[in-house]
Amino acid sequence: MKIMTFEELIRECSSKNKKIYELIQEYEAQESDTSIEKIRAEVKHHIEAMQSSIKTGMTSSEKAISNWCGDDCEKLQVGYSKRNALFGKLFEKIITYSLATIEENLRMGKIVACPTAGSCGIVPSVLIAVSEDYNISEDEQINALITAGGIGAIISNKVQLAGAVAGCQAECGVAAAMCAGALTQMLGGDISQILNAVALAMKNLLGLTCDPVCGLVEVPCIKRNPILAIHAVTSSELALAGIESKIPLDEVIDAVRQTGQLMSPMLKESSQAGLATTKTALELKEKIFG
Amino acid sequence: MKSKGLFDVISPIMIGPSSSHTAGAIRLGLMAQNIYNAPVKEVEFTLYNSFAQTGKGHGTDKGLLAGVMGYHVDDIRTKNIFSITDIKYKYYFKEDLSRHPNSVDINLNNEMTISGNSIGAGEIRITSINGFSVNLAGQYHTILLMYKDKPGMISKVSKFIQDRNINIASLHCDRNEKGGTASMYFALDVNPQDEIIDDIKNLNDVYFVTKIRKLD
Repeated sequence: MKIMTFEELIRECSSKNKKIYELIQEYEAQESDTSIEKIRAEVKHHIEAMQSSIKTGMTSSEKAISNWCGDDCEKLQVGYSKRNALFGKLFEKIITYSLATIEENLRMGKIVACPTAGSCGIVPSVLIAVSEDYNISEDEQINALITAGGIGAIISNKVQLAGAVAGCQAECGVAAAMCAGALTQMLGGDISQILNAVALAMKNLLGLTCDPVCGLVEVPCIKRNPILAIHAVTSSELALAGIESKIPLDEVIDAVRQTGQLMSPMLKESSQAGLATTKTALELKEKIFG
Repeated sequence: MKSKGLFDVISPIMIGPSSSHTAGAIRLGLMAQNIYNAPVKEVEFTLYNSFAQTGKGHGTDKGLLAGVMGYHVDDIRTKNIFSITDIKYKYYFKEDLSRHPNSVDINLNNEMTISGNSIGAGEIRITSINGFSVNLAGQYHTILLMYKDKPGMISKVSKFIQDRNINIASLHCDRNEKGGTASMYFALDVNPQDEIIDDIKNLNDVYFVTKIRKLD
């Protein structure tokens, strides 16, 4: 992305009188030497792939290779057939879609990495659930996903989006931030509200470790997806009311980067500490890998 | 370093569960197939370090084989590859801390050994071919050749490329010893015509030349 910081994004958007997605799609078309229409068609293709992961994931309870995860989405749906979600149908939909997607991932099904495979259930769940319930047009969904992608790309100028480099704050954390931005765009937020939503989501996930049990994208990754999807919604709701992050977004990203550097490598996708070395985790490891 | 674009963040559309251990493995297999560029009957994979330790739980083994068979990162048949494939396959698991955490040697038909690393987010690097060090990311169409080390080869080969009006993005050379076997590869902006490969083949002292398609 030609735009290196969020300050630059704000400046460019305001001087050209453009929305975030308009600027991002224009630059993306320029850089990949193609048309805006083609970029948008490609984004649409990605949304369709997300919808298809949700659909497939909701009807499967096939276990992962490890054989101890993969039926949570089914349990959730059975649970909701007996009682209503406290915060209503949309809440139910978001966490169901999120689990469906991330479980599809762990059973080697087809997903869209967003930004990574282990965080693939966050952005799609909110994007698609809200679109369905609020009749958001296809064009506006594309606008929202371009907004999310642009936000992720600008963050990745400073922070490599990999658990091994900066912990889970750079994977599920960034996914939640992108999701908060996308949702705020969909609900008609302005650029300041969008970026505040991103900042609020991001700064409340600083220091999130990547300590997967047995090194698999299963525990805690699976349940982290629905939980952080709701985290993104909360951030967006706050921002839409005009609540601002006291720390500007660029500085929050600097803090993510610094925190990532200060985190021990043992907590960054090496499964050498945290949840990965708990008694139960070590017993599971013995069981799976012998 | 090239900064990230929209589709570096939202994508790839891939089969799970891991961009480095699944998508990266498939792409390593695909690159190996692109380099070898002939039917594979037998393949041996040696997985190192994290690939060896957690690869099975991530389908790294299946992904590597699927890639060698030409399957792409979003092919859901990969899950059942062992019951689909006609290729004879074998896996070895090793620890070698001098190697990248996610690395593999792929031996094809006992004729060619290709080593590579999965460096994160589905990106890969091919690091050696039959012992010759290379650095291929699959981002460019590439011409690779092995030849007897002697003066003038670079200019001869680059002339074939220039004559077809193809721009060279980068050029790398390596040799095992003076006058021994040398390797050379050109990264190109477009897919080169087969005639260039024929021209190079006809040069004296060229042992091997191939065109490596870039990864989609």
